[in-house]
Amino acid sequence: MAQPLLTDERIISDLLPQKFGTRGMLWTALLMAICLLGIFAYYRQLRYGLIVTSMRDYASWGIYISNFVFFVAISLVGSLITAILRLSGVHWSTPLTRIAEIIAVAAITFASIIIIVDMGRPDRFYFLILYGRLQSPIIWDVIVISTYFFISLLLLYIPLLPDMKILLAGKERKGIYKLYSFLGSFWVGNHMQYRISKKAINMLCIMIIPVAFCIHTVTSWLFATTYRPGWDSTNFGAYFISGAFLVGSGAVNIAMYVFRKYYKLENYITNEHFNKMGKITIMLGMVYLYFNVNEYLVPYFKMKKPEEAFLNDLFVGGYAPLFWSAILGGMVIPMIVLLFPKGRSPLPMFICGIMIVVGAWFKRYLIVTPTLLHPFLPIFDVPASYKHYFPSWEEWSIASGSLAGVLLVITFFVRIFPIIPIQETLREQHEKTDHQQLH
Amino acid sequence: MSTDNTSRKEFFASMLTAGLAIAGCSPKKNPFETAAGEDAKASGEMVKLLSVDGEVIEVDRAFLKPMPQMPAVSNSEARKGIAGKKFVMVIDLSRCKNLKKCQTACSHTHQLHSELSWLKVYPMKEEEHTASYWQPTICMHCDEPPCVKVCPVDATFKRQDGIVLIDSDRCIGCRFCMAACPYSTRVFNWEKPDIPEAVANQPYSCETSIPQKKGTVGKCDFCPDMARVGELPHCVSACPNGVFAFGDLNEDSVTNGAETFRFSDLIRDKAGYQLMDDLGTKPSVYYLPPVSRNFPFESGLENEHEKS
Repeated sequence: MAQPLLTDERIISDLLPQKFGTRGMLWTALLMAICLLGIFAYYRQLRYGLIVTSMRDYASWGIYISNFVFFVAISLVGSLITAILRLSGVHWSTPLTRIAEIIAVAAITFASIIIIVDMGRPDRFYFLILYGRLQSPIIWDVIVISTYFFISLLLLYIPLLPDMKILLAGKERKGIYKLYSFLGSFWVGNHMQYRISKKAINMLCIMIIPVAFCIHTVTSWLFATTYRPGWDSTNFGAYFISGAFLVGSGAVNIAMYVFRKYYKLENYITNEHFNKMGKITIMLGMVYLYFNVNEYLVPYFKMKKPEEAFLNDLFVGGYAPLFWSAILGGMVIPMIVLLFPKGRSPLPMFICGIMIVVGAWFKRYLIVTPTLLHPFLPIFDVPASYKHYFPSWEEWSIASGSLAGVLLVITFFVRIFPIIPIQETLREQHEKTDHQQLH
Repeated sequence: MSTDNTSRKEFFASMLTAGLAIAGCSPKKNPFETAAGEDAKASGEMVKLLSVDGEVIEVDRAFLKPMPQMPAVSNSEARKGIAGKKFVMVIDLSRCKNLKKCQTACSHTHQLHSELSWLKVYPMKEEEHTASYWQPTICMHCDEPPCVKVCPVDATFKRQDGIVLIDSDRCIGCRFCMAACPYSTRVFNWEKPDIPEAVANQPYSCETSIPQKKGTVGKCDFCPDMARVGELPHCVSACPNGVFAFGDLNEDSVTNGAETFRFSDLIRDKAGYQLMDDLGTKPSVYYLPPVSRNFPFESGLENEHEKS
């Protein structure tokens, strides 16, 4: 990387969290408004019951569940960027680790919230602990998701400690200063502390990979452990994980572009970062495409009777426009764009990232809903509203509210903490300087 | 099974009064008031009763009053089931003409929300050149129940007598069981059930499945409360055509009320089968194929009307 050498002061002042500008304020206000609407819709749902949704006995799961799957999927990127790349000795990804990790923590938090929203009796949530039965995939999900949440939180927190010292040295308002001091005043940055933190991070990086695989495999099993056409698949775990890595990298591409542009981080998130993330995205897209071919074409070849109506509905029926948009717009087209070096420059990467993430959201919808509307016995003897599913305004508001909530968590995080690790950037810069002085 | 249960009825009668004596211990006013509503005066004639805890207690006869229904069995008893029984149902498709009396009786006695039904009579036609027939469908009370496997909180459970029930006081409303059930037999109380307040305020019993509660799952329960008193499920007794036959596999007998059959003979002679048995769910409900039918398929169409 041909990067101009920067002074320590410059790096610190570039990377310290900045106050919201007007645009930042507007953005935050917008997100808060969406969240409030979601909370209002949820209040209505609590009051009147799930009747305010469009879910009924056949489409008994809807966008809450597909949104849940989406959040779990996107959170896997934390393990990819932080752990997999780190353990394989990749150094260029350092500036992206915190972006990936906060996406992971925010998404997994709202995955847990949205699953409670989906419950008919959220007041009995603690029954999962009180009466939990280990043979239910839901309990597996509760266990692995909470494990993943805490590991992700630690992977966010521990590398933040050296930066906390820098933050404490800066001039900040009293409230935030207190927060920094509470979180990181014990960090003096001596040799011992660095050694322990390095060891801890390494251990967490190793631990998080199997846990990450577990959360999404178990999430796929919520579907694959049933008999239904479209879900009854041995391919589902791998299919979900590959999709998760793709949407996660798409989200990181978006975040990289936005943070770089808004906070003017061109020296830290370089074109080279986009180029490399672009290559990773293509690879992940190919893997996901491969599993999609397995998932849809093999049953299509056989056309077993229960699968027939379901597959036709997806390929040429009512879901076809959405299905092909998700496949082409969310997978094939971004991959073709990213094959070209120019396609891996920041703006096309940003657009491809959006296409991937939006496509992935609708892909989850297509995994949940069409299957439920193609049961084994015909849909019969129910009111007309039971035969179709299109989310109600309450569902859209709650789902949007949860998406806004994720963005709000990320927004507040970058307001309070440096989104690019300062200490690590300094260390790499010093290593580079030493290297140049040797020659 | 309805012939020789006189002694059982007597036993239940004594249980009934015992239940009353215990259930009436409210501190507000004299709980042992007579049916007429006046304060009862002790007659001095004591009756020995067995309490629900298994203790023998003595109560004055004047404090006893008849109760319209058996008090519900305790939750732990309802979860265990009736010892020595293995309940099965045989549905004879050759007798069904879609009268839906079964559905009405079921929905009425279980106090279901008006949009929901636990029993559906499907017009079936497998393939282009195969025959149409009416197929009443209830919970299959599978021996390998997919719904029970996935329930995270033991709200739906399998009893020793083969019945699969729901504890609406336990259900968290995740609806995983609905996704797992291949027979689409489970329904959800999407809103507060439109049932009388007095019913809604009753304590929930797993055996009667009453009252249905907002945000929880419901389904056919095989009417274990009826089985306990030696009666048939409501769908069975409501059907004028004898489509449903209910009974005990251990006794190898099923009855539709009017006729009693040896279960194994019936299944052998009429080539009984189970619905989607290839899934490995091992249903407790058996079907007899629609051959030599009592009614043409078309005669049932007049009872068919779409819900709106």
